[in-house]
Amino acid sequence: MSALLIKNGRVIDPASGHDAIADVWIEDGVFKGVGADLSPAGAEVFDASGLVVAPGFIDMHVHLREPGFEHSETIESGARAAAAGGFTSICPMPNTAPVNDSPTVTTYIIEKARRHAVVNVFPIGAITRGSKGEELAAIGSMRQAGAVAISDDGRPVMNAQLMRRAMEFARSFGMPVINHCEDLHLSAGGDMHEGVESVRLGLRGIPGSSEDVMVARDILLAEVTGARYHVAHISSRHSVEMVAFAKLKGLPVTSEATPHHLTLTDSGMIPYDSNYKMKPPLRSASDVNAVVEGVVNGAIDAIATDHAPHAGSEKMQEFEKCPFGIIGLETALGIALEHLVHTGKISVTRLVELFTVNPARIIGIPRGTLAVGAAADVTIFSTDRPWTYDVNKSLSKSRNSPFDGVSFRGGPVATIVNGQIVWRA
Amino acid sequence: MKGLLGIEDLTREEVQAILDRARHFQVGPGQRFRKFDLLKGRMVVNLFFENSTRTRTSFELAAKGLGADSVSITAQASSVAKGESLVDTLNTLGAMRPDVIIMRHSASGAPHFLQRHLGIPIINAGDGTHEHPTQALLDARTILDRGKQLEGLRVAIIGDIAHSRVARSNVYLLSKYGAQIVLCGPASLLPRELTQLAPGVTLTTNMDEAIRDADVIMMLRVQLERQHEAAFPDGEYFPFYGLRLEHLKLAKPDVIVMHPGPINRGREISSEVADSQRSAILNQVENGISVRMAVLERVLVGETNVGTAH
Repeated sequence: MSALLIKNGRVIDPASGHDAIADVWIEDGVFKGVGADLSPAGAEVFDASGLVVAPGFIDMHVHLREPGFEHSETIESGARAAAAGGFTSICPMPNTAPVNDSPTVTTYIIEKARRHAVVNVFPIGAITRGSKGEELAAIGSMRQAGAVAISDDGRPVMNAQLMRRAMEFARSFGMPVINHCEDLHLSAGGDMHEGVESVRLGLRGIPGSSEDVMVARDILLAEVTGARYHVAHISSRHSVEMVAFAKLKGLPVTSEATPHHLTLTDSGMIPYDSNYKMKPPLRSASDVNAVVEGVVNGAIDAIATDHAPHAGSEKMQEFEKCPFGIIGLETALGIALEHLVHTGKISVTRLVELFTVNPARIIGIPRGTLAVGAAADVTIFSTDRPWTYDVNKSLSKSRNSPFDGVSFRGGPVATIVNGQIVWRA
Repeated sequence: MKGLLGIEDLTREEVQAILDRARHFQVGPGQRFRKFDLLKGRMVVNLFFENSTRTRTSFELAAKGLGADSVSITAQASSVAKGESLVDTLNTLGAMRPDVIIMRHSASGAPHFLQRHLGIPIINAGDGTHEHPTQALLDARTILDRGKQLEGLRVAIIGDIAHSRVARSNVYLLSKYGAQIVLCGPASLLPRELTQLAPGVTLTTNMDEAIRDADVIMMLRVQLERQHEAAFPDGEYFPFYGLRLEHLKLAKPDVIVMHPGPINRGREISSEVADSQRSAILNQVENGISVRMAVLERVLVGETNVGTAH
């Protein structure tokens, strides 16, 4: 029996609408109550004066590289980086080796996480076997083993009929289908967003339309199938508009945006620096503005990092040879505070919603709330403490971040998972 | 001047200084190239990851003409073929303390990426579909030699603009002088964003329109190796975008026709045009040496000083 009392923080729980200075009482890994001047006997006290106390942040889109690519990241190292970023739950995408397309791999990840991860790990299973886009994976069995959603992330499902069947089957199990929207014919060979900058740098473009045509297709299929459909890492203005349209029509369509797509543009990248190379690519300023607007108006439901570690040697090559992706767990909150809250675009409460209750609802886990009886995951953060990101001190095994040396106002202070403090600034 | 990665970042004055200095290294008709000792004791490494005959030879002759020691390495002959990474290859070469590395690579930005991690100046001899700065400089020298001014010049650049590093470098250079640059090709090879590269650029998919009143016509090679998918129907290139004698009537009477080579006769240019009086193709090749001498001198010595010929 262990108890923890988080005192005098600004307690924000969007699920219940709570937003006031209060104490949070945790015992035996679950919430016992939120209120003024709580004083349970024998509880360890955490003074959160001047800080925000929120439900534990959930990152519904990460790559932990295990099994198969442990030189870039492991479940253990990725989980530590997550905790340092204020995340208490993370959802690893299935593009490991082997691909998480069977209950065996799902169970392996869950068991490994149980033993080595300091945060909760909820795996996402593949839509198709080997994520090859040819035949459906063992969706029902992965669900039973603990997978919370399906996605072939890293690759799209190009075959529309297969996508339709995946949506229908996933609906039978109440699972959301998450798609990495990219028409591979339109994006073939591309290394960065198609626009003035790609023409200037002589790099092949990945047009916004390669994302848009698939978002459009999937929304139509979501209507046909009634499935819960989620757009991963939305980055183009037309896609944001289409998701808003789908919501207006009452379809169960949701979307997420990454911190980098909310802040960086193709014209702001250091030319040929692979820390700016990812999929979807950094797009134009008008796309970035549309993604920010989507976060403000609700077309976008969650912020997810798409944390994609790559070992240094893989990123130290000719731009066209470098793999796509950047790490993002440790900088997400700082970026969101700096670019969304301090700019006056959204409130701190909305920010907490984007990181907690919304992703929890999309993947269907009973977290992202401070409700009595729920698992005691808490993120304590500052909204004003200045700090500078030093990627060489990252707890991730990889160093591929364009935010190295960038300063932020506010960031994580402590991360509590199932009642245990797993990280402190 | 630390290396030469592209024309885009140069000022007009820097470009002009190289063009002026190149005249000093030119030779008259029937004369042999003069030898200088301006770069005596310096080591120049030619590192070519992509096939090239004229550019590599031209740089080799330029280095020799200035008295430098030069080593040429081609990708097939080096450890690159054994799977060594670009960074490792360059670090190995760097340990041999060359004064400059002249580099051609099929990846856009490869020299820019390396320059960030390497202390040795790099001269870009063509990077992917990005820039080919010495080509634009020798093209400008060739235009000037024909008695034309760059200011207000009407230049039609025709062909696979999307994949052309020659086009990009020429656009940047000519624009600095206020030239009118008409880029022409099938729309699939002519991204609309090109107009935003530099002032003075217009686009057309109509060849007659591009050539009308042109002072200079630059034809580009159809880069079959960079066509990742069919950008135009088979057999439809030459009929619509190949340069034939009848086109020249639309241009200024003293129009000059240029081509960075190697030319594909009958694909983008007819033999009659390539061999005509209007063609400056061989002057381009010749100027390649004098312009590259000027560039090497500028990169290695910094200031242009009058060398001693012997």
